[in-house]
Amino acid sequence: MSDNSSMNAKEIVCIVCPNGCRIRCRQVAGEVQCEGQRCRRGVDYATAELTHPMRSLTTSVRTVFPDSPVVSVRTNGEIEKSKLIDAAKALGQLIIDHRIKIGDIVAENICGTGVNVICTSDRLVHPY
Amino acid sequence: MTQELYFDVTVIGAGPAGLAAALAANREGAKTLLIEREARLGGILKQCIHDGFGLVRYGEKLSGPEYAERFIEQLPKSNVQVWTLSFVNVIKRENNESILTVITREGMKQIRTRALIFATGCRERTSRQIGVHGRHTAGVLTAGTAQYYTNILGKLPTKRCMILGSGDIGLIMARRLTLEGAEVVGVYEAKPTPSGLTRNVSQCLWDFDIPLHVSKTVTRVFGDARLTAVEIASVDACMCPIAGTEEIIPCDALILSVGLIPENELAESIGVPLDAKTKGAVVDEHNETLLRGVYACGNALHVNDLVDYVSESGEIAGKAAANETCCSRGLVPVECDQSLLYVVPQRICRSLDEPERIFFFRSARDLDNATLTITKGEETLYSIKFAHLRPPEMERLPVQLTREQLDGNLPLRFHLEEQTNE
Repeated sequence: MSDNSSMNAKEIVCIVCPNGCRIRCRQVAGEVQCEGQRCRRGVDYATAELTHPMRSLTTSVRTVFPDSPVVSVRTNGEIEKSKLIDAAKALGQLIIDHRIKIGDIVAENICGTGVNVICTSDRLVHPY
Repeated sequence: MTQELYFDVTVIGAGPAGLAAALAANREGAKTLLIEREARLGGILKQCIHDGFGLVRYGEKLSGPEYAERFIEQLPKSNVQVWTLSFVNVIKRENNESILTVITREGMKQIRTRALIFATGCRERTSRQIGVHGRHTAGVLTAGTAQYYTNILGKLPTKRCMILGSGDIGLIMARRLTLEGAEVVGVYEAKPTPSGLTRNVSQCLWDFDIPLHVSKTVTRVFGDARLTAVEIASVDACMCPIAGTEEIIPCDALILSVGLIPENELAESIGVPLDAKTKGAVVDEHNETLLRGVYACGNALHVNDLVDYVSESGEIAGKAAANETCCSRGLVPVECDQSLLYVVPQRICRSLDEPERIFFFRSARDLDNATLTITKGEETLYSIKFAHLRPPEMERLPVQLTREQLDGNLPLRFHLEEQTNE
């Protein structure tokens, strides 16, 4: 978020859970020091943010079915933040032509991240 | 009129609150009916394809449809009767029971029910409710409508848009539209601080370099058939536009994320008393309204940040409705002063044996190192410290209260105070 340039410190908003802790962190001799987090996951998140920020991607892909022209998907794990847009573009090229359900893989190893993209909705198979 | 059908518990609305309420009532052995006006169950979760749902309940970051499915998949194994594409037209009250007229695919049906649960959700505020000036052009739409077009219909409603209001759906849509290739020129918020969760400002705006402009609002829209541009201006401390600060921004859509209001038209039609602060029903800790056998839960009761709490609220209502839980020793009013936006429930039972009561509240402004106190008359019953409180972030607070503390007629009063110099 905001840079506190004088101290080479950074305030990061943790996105792991809804608490949204504001973590003040800085890198000292290659090690990340944090304060302000309410749990251990905050340290992990801040460390990743300063070294290799990761995100999960949620988006939708087109289908051939008129009752559900799109179906929602997500990465089954986190990918590099810098690859979010490329991954979304790649998934924009996909067309689903069979009735998939929650957890079915729609794309393997998306953009070389080693992470699969899975379906997150049962709307193509659901009676309701 | 056709023959009357009887149910112990009838739930209106099959979003997260209604699904949880119906399943909970069924678990307690009640003959339960779940009425949904749409063709599919899940309510707004159907279009909330982003993740983060279920962290509290399941410890997982699920998308909205996945979270809804955890409940929907239990229905076929239960005895809950589910009516989709069914619309409650009229409700009447008779001897503490409710009589519903429901329009269904098979025609009109009449239901008699001992307990009625409103799980009707909330509505977005629209351009009319915030008084945007200009012509009625296409391209002015709420964030939820933009979300429906994008995530359900698969149609991108804009190529270049601006978002007014920084509520969570607006932030989520800023990211969503960007991922789909639209340009989001910025999010504009009239208040000096964002309305959405801090983590959403971070992961939806900062991650994609979408600017957030606070203390600015839309003063006019331009365009005939379709929006062509929007005029924005800075606002003063009273949220009034400051002359001379106007700026015109070309765009084809203005997306509004300017607040949610509990939907209570049906509840009001039978005289359920509402709380002016929450715009939802006044309830006790079982989510029973001041009308016997009538319950409210989820976002119809008060607008929640987290679906996990919406489900919990539905389960509380469903269980109590099935068991006819009754406050034999009467209700103690729960009040808050101006340091809080609201507190729910607004009444608690004197009679219950379990000492833990769960309250939900929001602070009226950003507070650091704040102390919440619950007092009855001169006596302080409870106090707790919070490092940060923000109005957009609802707090769930379990409090132990004894029967003795709830005796007498004095209300419980909630108060927040910021500690200076610490």
